[in-house]
Amino acid sequence: MTTSAQPQAAPTPQAFKSDYKPVWCPGCGDYSVLSSVTKAFALLELQPENIAIVSGIGCSSRIPAYTTCYGFHGVHGRALAAATGLKLARPELTVVAAGGDGDGYSIGGNHFLHACRRNVDMTYVVMDNHVYGMTKGQPSPTTEPDWDSKLSPGGTGMRAFNPLVIALAAGANFIARTFAGDPNTTAALIAEAISAPGFSFVEVLSPCVTFRPEQREWKQMVRPAPVQWTDDPARAARRLMTDDGMNIGVLYKGSRAAYRTHAAKTPKRPAELEEEFRI
Amino acid sequence: MSPARKKATTRRAPAKKPLRKTAPARKAPEVQLKVVAATVAAQSGPPIKDVEGLMAYAYALEAEASERYSEFADAMETHNNREVAELFRKLARIENMHAEQILEEMGWTRPPAPPTGGWRWEGLEGPETADHTDLHYLMQPYHALQIALHNEKRAEAFFRDLIRRAPSGKVRTAAKEMADEETEHVRLVEEWLKRTPKPESDWAHDPDPPRWSD
Ligand SMILES: Cc1ncc(C[n+]2csc(CCOP(=O)(O)OP(=O)(O)O)c2C)c(N)n1
Ligand code: SF4
Repeated sequence: MTTSAQPQAAPTPQAFKSDYKPVWCPGCGDYSVLSSVTKAFALLELQPENIAIVSGIGCSSRIPAYTTCYGFHGVHGRALAAATGLKLARPELTVVAAGGDGDGYSIGGNHFLHACRRNVDMTYVVMDNHVYGMTKGQPSPTTEPDWDSKLSPGGTGMRAFNPLVIALAAGANFIARTFAGDPNTTAALIAEAISAPGFSFVEVLSPCVTFRPEQREWKQMVRPAPVQWTDDPARAARRLMTDDGMNIGVLYKGSRAAYRTHAAKTPKRPAELEEEFRI
Repeated sequence: MSPARKKATTRRAPAKKPLRKTAPARKAPEVQLKVVAATVAAQSGPPIKDVEGLMAYAYALEAEASERYSEFADAMETHNNREVAELFRKLARIENMHAEQILEEMGWTRPPAPPTGGWRWEGLEGPETADHTDLHYLMQPYHALQIALHNEKRAEAFFRDLIRRAPSGKVRTAAKEMADEETEHVRLVEEWLKRTPKPESDWAHDPDPPRWSD
């Protein structure tokens, strides 16, 4: 048999997957997000030892354990705080914070605002399923006001939080929305977010098939955003006014320089810190 | 080498196993294991120039499908649905075998790299790659095979479309061989389904459900 010419070998996403098997419910969108994150790392030809994934608490926040990267499964709502500290202390690492809508927009909402505002060079991936999955289906900030369940009879009646609007208003430098069921687009968007300078925010619609089984329909509802990304925050804001939450793609790419510490002045060693904070 | 490819090994049906006993009657399950057409990345399909390009796509299609079935098997194993886990594991092995055959037939020593910008599928993923949300922790072998059948049909349609769009006779011949193989796979999965017990209507009933609102 003759040998045909073949394209060059690609880095493998498998190298970023750990031996721990996810305990997510079969059908959970988070499986696809895990695939997309590992694909994104492979696309960027990163090495696991140069990446740290920092999360809070929730089903989605289990993601660091399923990768071969450095991981920190921290405190509920504090993924961004820990990730910010890590990135400032170890700027050479690729830092990805990840978690759910409850973790990021509810208990961690304040950190979200300030992470956007600070614009530290890291990427935040939120697996938004409009519910608290891990604690059995309570409404989250992104839950529709009329979502009726035993835990919220008749719905909360509260207006849903719009993460893209908040991210834009607070100053995130890269803002995108994607859908877990489209792992290739999601991988490409996460790779682009990691490559973009400053704070990048990627909202992933990731169905919770257990507490929101109707989200299986999302795959028929999402669509590519009808317009290209913009670098003009005012235009991006206008687009969001007519957005129904199902447009997929990059919304905004800013040009704000990433936050930098005054590295020379930053004490790096615990002994130095101890000295500085001695009472 | 000639674009004509050796016939790939066909699928084997698993030994028949007794179905898990289903629970008492209750309302119809709200979950549908029906696979629907994707809408997001609707593209015009892969731009195939030559037989190597076609076979690189054929490889990616099989490899992606194998990886996904493995993930499904892992998920089912974690949730103690061993029968379906085993079936998905088998499907993963079969798809992997098809991928390996493509490498061998093409004389390639390693998997082809995706083109810049990634594989261009018409839908969200490769036509033989099942969607994560089609799983259910109580699903039965019949459901798994329905997913497999849907995927085989999509793969067949993918290659039939390539026959129509082939830029040369060689590509057309290779695409036809691939399409015919997929037709055979469709037939085999249909046979397999015929031998597999159909789930009862209340298959998704869980007497101890994860949602307390149930
Ligand atoms: C300080 C604190 N408060 C509350 C909880 C309980 N708790 C655990 S996960 C969670 C919400 C998780 O929801 P989300 O972030 O949307 O993740 P999902 O499970 O849906 O992926 C809550 C409220 C906790 N662990 N710690
Ligand atoms: S409860 Fe929902 S979010 Fe949590 S693993 Fe299950 S499907 Fe995923």
